Amino acid sequence: MSKFRKNGKKSQPAVNTAALPDIVFMLLFFFMVTTTMRETTLKVENKIPFATEIEKLERKSLVSYIYIGKPTKEFQAVFGTAPRIQLNDAFKTKEDIFQFVEMERDERDEAERNLITWSLKVDQKTEMGIVTEVKQELRKANALKINYSTKKTDKIKN
Amino acid sequence: MAKREIQEINAGSMADIAFLLLIFFLVTTTMDTDTGLIRRLPPPPDVDTPESNEVNKRNVFEVLVNANNQILAKGDYIQVTELRAKVKEFIKSDPNNPTLPEFKDEEIEGLGLFPVSKQIISLQNDNGTSYEMYIKVQNELVGAYNELRNEFAQQKFGKTYQELLQQAGASEKAEQQLDAVKKVYPQRISEAEPKKIGGAE
Repeated sequence: MSKFRKNGKKSQPAVNTAALPDIVFMLLFFFMVTTTMRETTLKVENKIPFATEIEKLERKSLVSYIYIGKPTKEFQAVFGTAPRIQLNDAFKTKEDIFQFVEMERDERDEAERNLITWSLKVDQKTEMGIVTEVKQELRKANALKINYSTKKTDKIKN
Repeated sequence: MAKREIQEINAGSMADIAFLLLIFFLVTTTMDTDTGLIRRLPPPPDVDTPESNEVNKRNVFEVLVNANNQILAKGDYIQVTELRAKVKEFIKSDPNNPTLPEFKDEEIEGLGLFPVSKQIISLQNDNGTSYEMYIKVQNELVGAYNELRNEFAQQKFGKTYQELLQQAGASEKAEQQLDAVKKVYPQRISEAEPKKIGGAE
């Protein structure tokens, strides 16, 4: 008798997917903006240690990286397993650091040359000997602002 | 001729294309914001003027780390987790305790003449010390300074040290307060030339 009787089977309306591309695009733009492509391929093992009192490095363009660690598996046949220094894309020795510093300085504007931070990305298993040598070389080249690259953690253990 | 109706472009596959791009960026993304412990190395040693490092022994807190990653802090063998409290006590100092650092009155903007302890932390590591342990020790030293600065900032200005750091760029007052806090607890970590303290080789 009621006027609003449902007539028979009711087909489920399809979910409207018109907004899906918009959502996906939003995500896409987010990742495009936040992405930083790796410029160098790592040739050394690089598991950096953890610390609690970390600071953020502000200007990426003013950071130069020095990698130290054991050569990765594919390079171990040639370079052995002792920790090595990697500058840009190649294995280098500590004597090359001076030149590396000069080259990195030349790439920047004159006004910003003294603001470069030298970020040491050192594998946590490395012994301090090689790190100290690198630090001494940096001192000689007057590259004094350094950064020990570490990841954030809440508490350090023994 | 009859007007032809313009056909709409089929946008159904747009989502697919966008997905493809999205997945590409998801895979290639490395979200490593660069963080770390920022330090300043001492300038290269001057050949002409030999360093005069006559420091009263009570003002120096010596931290030694050997090749077995054991820590000797001012003569005591301790764990890395105990280091922070010990360093804090030392930096803070106490005028009544002759074994802790001396004080020197310094003119600090906003605070007037203020006694600042003449503390120096001396860190020495062996060539065989692991980098991991070295960072832990560095972290604890910086942590001790940060905690003290924080306590002082809260007590004097009612703000945490972190808040001061954030506000320093925007407000002149915060910047002055930050400077004052830094002057009360100046970070003096000296790293000696590497020596073989013992252990490996």
